[in-house]
Amino acid sequence: MGEEKKPGWKTVPIGGILLEPGSATKYKTGDWRAFRPVIDTNKCVNCLICWIYCPDGAIKRLEKHVTVDLDYCKGCGICANECPVKAITMIEEKR
Amino acid sequence: MSKLIGLTGDEAIAYAVKQCNVDVVAAYPITPQTIIVEAFSEYVHNGEVKTEFICVESEHSALSACIGASLTGARVFTATSSQGLALMHEMLYIASGLRCPIVMGVVNRALSAPINIHGDHSDMMGSRDCGWIQIYAENVQEAYDWTIQAFRIAEDKKALLPVSVNIDGFILSHALEGVKTLDDKAVDSFVSTRKAEITLDPAKPITVGALCLTDYYFEMKRQQVEAIKESKGVISSVNEAYEQISGRKYGIIDTFGIGDAEVAILCLGSTAGTTKYVADSMRKKGFKVGVIKPWIYRPFPAEEIVKATENLKALIVLDRACSFGAPYNPLCSDVISALYQAERELKVINVVYGLGGRDIAPSDIRGLFEEGLEVSKTGKVNEPVKFVGVRE
Ligand code: SF4
Ligand code: SF4
Repeated sequence: MGEEKKPGWKTVPIGGILLEPGSATKYKTGDWRAFRPVIDTNKCVNCLICWIYCPDGAIKRLEKHVTVDLDYCKGCGICANECPVKAITMIEEKR
Repeated sequence: MSKLIGLTGDEAIAYAVKQCNVDVVAAYPITPQTIIVEAFSEYVHNGEVKTEFICVESEHSALSACIGASLTGARVFTATSSQGLALMHEMLYIASGLRCPIVMGVVNRALSAPINIHGDHSDMMGSRDCGWIQIYAENVQEAYDWTIQAFRIAEDKKALLPVSVNIDGFILSHALEGVKTLDDKAVDSFVSTRKAEITLDPAKPITVGALCLTDYYFEMKRQQVEAIKESKGVISSVNEAYEQISGRKYGIIDTFGIGDAEVAILCLGSTAGTTKYVADSMRKKGFKVGVIKPWIYRPFPAEEIVKATENLKALIVLDRACSFGAPYNPLCSDVISALYQAERELKVINVVYGLGGRDIAPSDIRGLFEEGLEVSKTGKVNEPVKFVGVRE
């Protein structure tokens, strides 16, 4: 993020108004994460409970199981807590 | 045709708002502003206006509703006083930060405690840095005229800022005056309808009030600094246009007898009327005294005031509010900053008066002018901050 040159006060729309819908997708929040959910695809029964519960919409649906979009997942662990078959483990992020 | 109507300050504001094609009014009654809300709701009830009147349960909600309505592109008005303005405090900053051109009648009243319903400027001065354009009217005619002008000032895209039109509680809000009103059609073509560039439109979705952290917040504030600075030019051109339809001349500041005056009193609102009266009678006896009355308090008329003080030897600044613990009180702090910035050396006396609605008599003002004349002779200020009208 730090690399790109952001517009200054003379050009940015006034009042903090966002003129373009859906711009939140450009704001990657994945680097806020301390723990990462890892899904055991063999255990996952594709019930989509995690998909409903994830407050960040970071669970993606695939054909047979789910996966996590790590660009947005903040690592809250709700998915792991809610998964009825314990298919999700939270692993500490180490950089 | 323009008509002369007997109106109180509150009624004059309500009457002006009635003529300004306002889409939404959300307000909560509070003394001494109540009559604005009462009079306007009567217009709504009688079908004299097409305005949507929103009854709310507090001033916080009143301004919140106004902000929401303003962001859809509507023309919006509200009014309050004292504790009501204090309760709006949070939303005042949101209105200016989101660049909502709301017009608000502020009937100035003392802030509690102790509880008091009478006029002083502690309410608006307590919110002086909220990013609103702040206008002070001297009499009921000015309250009417400025309310109409306020909509054009607020909605000009160079400004796009909320505007407060301040009148002194009871002294103006409840004083009956013959007001030269304009014809409905003249006001209608002067204010027209609001033409917002950005509105709430499902075909063109926008986001308002999104989180804005270290990477953009500062830019938004810098824009506000520029907008309120630019608004001075907007105010001047609106004044010129208004003179065309009304024949009444307004400006950033008003002066009286300043050409040859050695001593002047600078004050806001209704007190300027009494001060002009005293200055006039003293000038007839040969005393070189004058009056400076900022019509606009934000943006602060620094250049205009410095220019008006060019020939003065002493200046007395009247404050109807306290800035507790500060070296000077709000208005005087700004005046002194302006003089300092212009490298202008001038003897200044700051006088606090009229708190909680206490009267200031012509004799008090005469005494202050005499003190100023003494300072202009000796070049010595014994007491830089004084209190007039308080019992020892
Ligand atoms: S850890 Fe939290 S944010 Fe990440 S996928 Fe699970 S529920 Fe969503
Ligand atoms: S809650 Fe568990 S089992 Fe259900 S979809 Fe999510 S990971 Fe798979």
